[in-house]
Amino acid sequence: MEDKLVLGGREITSRLFLGTGKFPSKEVIPEAIKRSGSQVITMALRRVDFDSPQENVLNYIPKECILLPNTSGARNSEEAVRIARIARAAGCGNWVKIEVITDNKYLLPDNYETIKATEVLAKEGFVVLPYMSPDLMAAKRLQDAGAAAVMPLGAPIGTNRGLKTKELIRILIEEIEVPIIVDAGIGKPSEAAEAMEMGAGAVLVNTAIATAGDPVLMAEAFGLAVKAGRQAYLAGPGVTRDYAEASSPLTGFLQEL
Amino acid sequence: MSFFSQYVRFQEFDFDGFFSRVSPVDVRRVLEKGRLDAGDFLALLAPAAEGLLEEMAQKAHRLTLQHFGRAMVLYTPLYLSNYCINHCSYCGFTAGNRVKRRTLTLEEVEAEAKVIAATGLKHILVLTGESRHHAPVEYIADCVRVLKGYFSSIGIEVYPMEEEEYHYLVETGVDSLTIYQEVYDAKIYDQVHLRGPKKDYRFRLDAPERGCRAGMRAVNVGALLGLGDWRRETFFGGLHANYIQNTYPEVEMSYSVPRLRPHSGDFIIPHPVTDKNLVQVLLALRLFMPRLGLTLSTRERAALRDKLIPLGITKMSAGSCTSVGGRTLSGTEDQFAIADERNVAQIREVLLKSGYDPVFKDWHPF
Repeated sequence: MEDKLVLGGREITSRLFLGTGKFPSKEVIPEAIKRSGSQVITMALRRVDFDSPQENVLNYIPKECILLPNTSGARNSEEAVRIARIARAAGCGNWVKIEVITDNKYLLPDNYETIKATEVLAKEGFVVLPYMSPDLMAAKRLQDAGAAAVMPLGAPIGTNRGLKTKELIRILIEEIEVPIIVDAGIGKPSEAAEAMEMGAGAVLVNTAIATAGDPVLMAEAFGLAVKAGRQAYLAGPGVTRDYAEASSPLTGFLQEL
Repeated sequence: MSFFSQYVRFQEFDFDGFFSRVSPVDVRRVLEKGRLDAGDFLALLAPAAEGLLEEMAQKAHRLTLQHFGRAMVLYTPLYLSNYCINHCSYCGFTAGNRVKRRTLTLEEVEAEAKVIAATGLKHILVLTGESRHHAPVEYIADCVRVLKGYFSSIGIEVYPMEEEEYHYLVETGVDSLTIYQEVYDAKIYDQVHLRGPKKDYRFRLDAPERGCRAGMRAVNVGALLGLGDWRRETFFGGLHANYIQNTYPEVEMSYSVPRLRPHSGDFIIPHPVTDKNLVQVLLALRLFMPRLGLTLSTRERAALRDKLIPLGITKMSAGSCTSVGGRTLSGTEDQFAIADERNVAQIREVLLKSGYDPVFKDWHPF
């Protein structure tokens, strides 16, 4: 059976989504995309400089990629909806990552406003990928509202702390039908692999790659880790036991009775 | 409620006693901590921290990279008017100073906008002196309407306003507010602001909070370094930024570290701040508030600015001009001397060479 991630009716070739912020220069971005194999690339609409070919990040993203503009800067659902519409009108396609953040200290998303924005944008034909705090009820509502996937955070944005919300993400993976894309917090390729082994549909990484000593090499490392993690998930890892398997079972006599 | 209630709590505080008790060991202990409180912040501003600036810098650099990446937002100031009715002992545009006064016409504003926009900048900060007669709120709004055609982010650094006035400017297209208390020490504040509406300490202190309530997306505060003891001034400035961030979590907070510069008057800087002091100020702020934007202007000379970049700076001015219409008109006078005369293209090159991405646009009006 072919293992394909399908979002918004499209088969996605890479389960590593890449963010474009924080890189030392825009020239690094196409190289990082190429070496990681990423296909879905997110960028903050607020930073897209449409007037300058040199500064416009869109000009550094290969044409075959899927653009995932995000609504960074939105403080409520209305602002997120407006930003999404501007992005679509500006030619960024109809995918959108909803980010509604009313807390500049931890950059934690507002699930309530995110659900409202998802309802509106899904109805308008957007492929909506909402960034959220991992909460089962909120994830169900996002799914019901038409989200193409749900993007819970592994740890606060930019912290590189790894899968701190692992148990909650595990519940989302078990209970939610649309793909779960772990967004934010992943600091190392091993953590990306861990998320994929758990059954995440994809991971989105930015800080860990963009601020690495060699962002391009790190992008490749993440690409490999995501592939490895996915394959491990498909292979069905052996069961982990808390105790050693006894070679002389204590209940073996039951067979003989 | 206002930050003022926090400020007054420290009126009886023995700063000198506290500073004399802080040891390098205390500073190291603060450096080991995750989240810092006000006492930790003050310890980082103590003389004992001077021997640990390298350790502080390493951590500040790491935190900045983590939260902001290798990105540097660029902006430039645009002086609209230098008429001013305030008598401030330290300012080149103070009322009574024999400088040529001018308010740009909307056509002149547009001409300046064109010259700036041609450099690629998208963030503009408009400035005026305090004269509601020569630069009324409605005039500033008219300028904003012109500038909207050229820039994606418009900030104001003007006289303190009422909440409704800020709200009106937000509706017109202003998204960020810069207002420095100049000096947090109320006694010194009263001494250096000789006459004029600026004498009202409290009205100025509460201005950033009025801006937040009026819907400003970003607010920038700071103290004019050199007027008071920089350790205390930075302490209060940092507490101010922290208070606003906690009270208005949706607002993007940033902080500036303007050092007094020589100007056309004969003011002697009462509390000079050395380069080393400035570094300590920046590092302490970054460690205290890891997500705080830190702004550096062209008041500082090029060689120093380049060295300060990795210590935590997230926003820099470029191609600055501190006179009214100085980019397109002749015979204009500066508010203060610029120490970094490099143009936007040069700053861009320097940033790229140091491994930083110059960000011309970090906001899109919607």
